[in-house]
Amino acid sequence: MADRIDVQKTYKIYIGGEFVRTESGRYYPVTEPKSGKLIANLCLSSRKDFRNAVVAARKAQPGWAGRSAYNRSQILYRIAEMMEGRRDQFVAELKRSGYSAAKASKEIDTSIDRMVYFAGWCDKYQQIYSTVNPVAGSYFNFSVPEPTGVISVVAPEDQPLAGLVSVVAPVIAGGNTCVVLCSEKSPLTAVTFSEVLHSSDVPGGVINLLTGQETELVEHFSSHMDVNAVIYARSHKDNLKRIQENASLNVKRVVVRNEKDWTDAKHENPYTILDTLEIKTTWHPIGV
Amino acid sequence: MNTKIHSKPDFSITFPVDQVGIEDRVARFNTRSIKKDSKKFALKLALSMVDLTTLEGMDSPGKVRQLCYKAMHPHESLADIPSVAAVCVYPSFVAVAKEALRGSGVKVASVATAFPSGHATLKAKIDEVTYVVNEGADEIDMVISRGAFFRGDYNFVFDEIAAIKEACGSAHLKVILETGELQTLDNVRKASDIAMYAGADFIKTSTGKIVPAATQPVTQVMLEAIRDFYFKTGIMIGMKPAGGIREAKKALNYLVMVKETLGSDWLNPDMFRFGASTLANDLLMQIVKMETGNYQSADYFSND
Repeated sequence: MADRIDVQKTYKIYIGGEFVRTESGRYYPVTEPKSGKLIANLCLSSRKDFRNAVVAARKAQPGWAGRSAYNRSQILYRIAEMMEGRRDQFVAELKRSGYSAAKASKEIDTSIDRMVYFAGWCDKYQQIYSTVNPVAGSYFNFSVPEPTGVISVVAPEDQPLAGLVSVVAPVIAGGNTCVVLCSEKSPLTAVTFSEVLHSSDVPGGVINLLTGQETELVEHFSSHMDVNAVIYARSHKDNLKRIQENASLNVKRVVVRNEKDWTDAKHENPYTILDTLEIKTTWHPIGV
Repeated sequence: MNTKIHSKPDFSITFPVDQVGIEDRVARFNTRSIKKDSKKFALKLALSMVDLTTLEGMDSPGKVRQLCYKAMHPHESLADIPSVAAVCVYPSFVAVAKEALRGSGVKVASVATAFPSGHATLKAKIDEVTYVVNEGADEIDMVISRGAFFRGDYNFVFDEIAAIKEACGSAHLKVILETGELQTLDNVRKASDIAMYAGADFIKTSTGKIVPAATQPVTQVMLEAIRDFYFKTGIMIGMKPAGGIREAKKALNYLVMVKETLGSDWLNPDMFRFGASTLANDLLMQIVKMETGNYQSADYFSND
């Protein structure tokens, strides 16, 4: 009997809960670093893909923020459960991207554990970051955190899954929605992660994943008026400068997270949730 | 002004509409690519054709005044933005709108004739139309009696429109067919013909209270009815799709339909309108995007 023909996977981008191809019709090859063998052609996402993703993220934001904190926690935990089921696939994809077996296993385990970690914080950060403020007047004055809104995220280039989870999990834990640019050289795990999201009760549009070139897309990631904050987790100085300049258009918050090792335990840290929260203070009259 | 009565066709004979053909034609319109300067021109043209509409039970004089301000000054931070064509309100707010829009050139349109159902006596309908005309409305949006239409009582529908037209005096009459209730494109075509022969100045798809509201196939059928009526009588009837058109891109698709079905003579606010409330903001957002190069956010556009 003849050898079975491989069924190759088409790696697509993930916008509004759907797996779509880039509207531009452009692709770029992703290869195995050692052999140079082609793994797949990935979508080279365009300005318009980003625009569509922002529309989806904006649409999903009120619904996601409006869910109970407990329910968001359940959904994040569900993502971790689904990742666990795909553990071997993730490891294999990292190995194809040139990671050693040991490194790949460690990164995937960290990614899953980190998702569980932030699932736990979903209904707890509010108590930590809320305050009751003493004021000199007959007011009950209190501050509570609210989601910033739609966040664009340039995810780390190396450690593609642990990096992605470490920057995205705190964003969605806080009730935000996001559009993420995945690692350009090793995007496989990110695309597989979108399949995990699809089967984890995460509403469409909460996390949108694009593949493509950083230098092409940072302009749009940072200039879109309907984006409320940018997280930049890479190290190109010129791109960061452009982001910071464009962010001034509508005073986006710019969060820089340029880290060497995303498996480090220091990234299990609730203050990363605070990066994309706004504190709202209420003056409530009393004793009138 | 459409006053001369033309020999009216026998409305009991159905003019067959090729539904598959219409859908195919519409799909082709949507493939037209409009870019750069043409797009900017089209967006501004579409904005100048908008009937800003508020038809809610909770409307108030304050809300109507706010809407009128928006109609006159859609986006003040940008120069060279046209005002919209008209503001469309319930009869009780015509006087408020008229006062607020004085001298601006923006017209006041009022729905009448027991909007949106149309279930009332002819006398009540005429009284309502007389009232809004006296209040100063420039345009009357009436609904046809779908009940009579479905009974096959086409003469009743025709006579009613003709009577309302008479009551309108110099005000323009837009006849709402409520195509979402008419079930078939054949019926849409028939209702369009009845309305035009009975004296409508505009035919309009929907009240906005029924889903589906305006759709492209329905609009295409109505545009073709207008075209055929023009060839027969030489009278130009206006068109107003209303409800469900929320995106600038969709609005441009409609303009393409008008241009390619009726020609440039219809591409102005006197002959074509969009009945919409949220469309204006999307048009503005696209215009600002073209001016600045940055995608815009609804956060920075007035929400009324």
